[in-house]
Amino acid sequence: MSDRRDGAPETALDAEGAAGEPDPADSGASPDGGHASTAPSTHTVRLELVDEPGQLLAALHPIADNGGNLLSIYHERGNKTPRGRIPVEVDFEATPERFEEIVDALRSEGVNVMQAGTERYAEEVTILLFGHLIDTDLSDTLSRIEACESASVADVSLAAPQGTEEVSSARLRLEARAGETDAALAAVRELADEKELRVVEPLTGVDA
Amino acid sequence: MRLAVIGAGAVGRSVVELAGEYGHEVVAVADSSSATVADGTGGRAGAGGDDAIGVDPDAVVARKAERGIVGDADPDDALSADYDVLVEATPTTLGDAEPGFTHVTAALERDRHAVLANKGPVAERFGDLRAAVDDSDGEIRFEATVGGAIPAVSTVEDIEPGHVTAVRGVLNGTANFILTRMAAEGLDYDHVLAEAQDLGVAEADPSFDVDGTDAALKCVILANVLSFGAVDDPADAREFTLADADVSGIRDVPGSALRLAAEDGRTVRLIGEATGETVRVAPRLVPENGTLAVSGTQNIVQIETSHAGRLNISGRGAGGPETASAVLGDVGRLE
Repeated sequence: MSDRRDGAPETALDAEGAAGEPDPADSGASPDGGHASTAPSTHTVRLELVDEPGQLLAALHPIADNGGNLLSIYHERGNKTPRGRIPVEVDFEATPERFEEIVDALRSEGVNVMQAGTERYAEEVTILLFGHLIDTDLSDTLSRIEACESASVADVSLAAPQGTEEVSSARLRLEARAGETDAALAAVRELADEKELRVVEPLTGVDA
Repeated sequence: MRLAVIGAGAVGRSVVELAGEYGHEVVAVADSSSATVADGTGGRAGAGGDDAIGVDPDAVVARKAERGIVGDADPDDALSADYDVLVEATPTTLGDAEPGFTHVTAALERDRHAVLANKGPVAERFGDLRAAVDDSDGEIRFEATVGGAIPAVSTVEDIEPGHVTAVRGVLNGTANFILTRMAAEGLDYDHVLAEAQDLGVAEADPSFDVDGTDAALKCVILANVLSFGAVDDPADAREFTLADADVSGIRDVPGSALRLAAEDGRTVRLIGEATGETVRVAPRLVPENGTLAVSGTQNIVQIETSHAGRLNISGRGAGGPETASAVLGDVGRLE
């Protein structure tokens, strides 16, 4: 196991790294910037792997070995880079300090880290909200959804056919991190309960 | 098979009328206040005196229509008649699920089968029913309780509950009719509800349908089928009742919400979902032209399986003859 991990990716990925593709990770390796927070948060790194057995496992070891908690792996097997590498997007939880260690460890193992630290929202969901949206401060509602760790509001459409004091409806497009759609929806549900709004959720995971 | 039909509403009457076509005989019929029992065991005054064992279906239906009773006998006489299968088609009741529960257990105690169209006993007292079945030579079946004519329960049984990961769908035609009309015509809930009541699609008190209770009972039944079907020992199964369901209805869904959904190629349907662990009924966003967006009073059941992908069965989820066909299908399975 350690042979494959230490050997294979190194030779293969060194070449890739040496080719000097732009590496945005250098400027944004720490998403939390100068915050002294030690709480673990979710990070996304984008890696490029050679299409050979054992490569993915080899790339994951530096994450696990340095205290990262793997959340999801998006292995875009059918989608190769111009040089024939396979892009892989890995989400994991780690403290800011550990995150930097992980990125360093990946690089020292020869894994080509294309992008690190920039949050990428991998999932998109559309929901409806209805009730006294305006009386309950719609902008507060939206900014509180924004403030939730899992999701971001990408788009809002509002319909208030009977004026602002009656029941109105909104359609929200949310972008959620990979694997966190359920958490995002739970946060919206909780907020809606508090404001006595109703949520119409999509059937997630069902391509009806 | 000789049938005793308890309950003379739309479903019970259709069972009485159609049983002969399926090769069965109705030997007793009861409603809440009266009964008729064939062959001199109780009260078919002026019976023709021929050798026919069964009651005369036309006469029963006519008496119910004209006089509001099915015969001159006591309802208990139908329960003690000499039948092979008791068909429980009384109105669904919650909580103790009486009197339907007692009707079914009375049949089981006599080692007879029971087929239910009444959701109450299977949704609210599934564990008690299973225990009664264990002590009996009789079986119970309840296809008609979920999705009317749609073979939901038997399909899950065919696939085997242990290999079904979830069952979801549109299981209430009234709510679906209202949502469909609201979206298509841009009308408000109250307007469409009044229209549905005029058409006989919604009852005078539509709560059971529009608050999601009816769909929830069906999902609870499916959850019980999944839960009990996946274990060898019923003691290991989790029993579901309506109290375990997370239910919200469509009463307050505004027309503006449906318009916003439509602008985005979506629509809203009251979707019920059951797994062996959860039951949830709520209005949900679905693709406007997707499989689950059935129109009008149609129902659809979508079964997620471990090895066979996804199955969809749509059709009529209510109605006398439709539901009776599910009842008589169950009777056939008991032969």
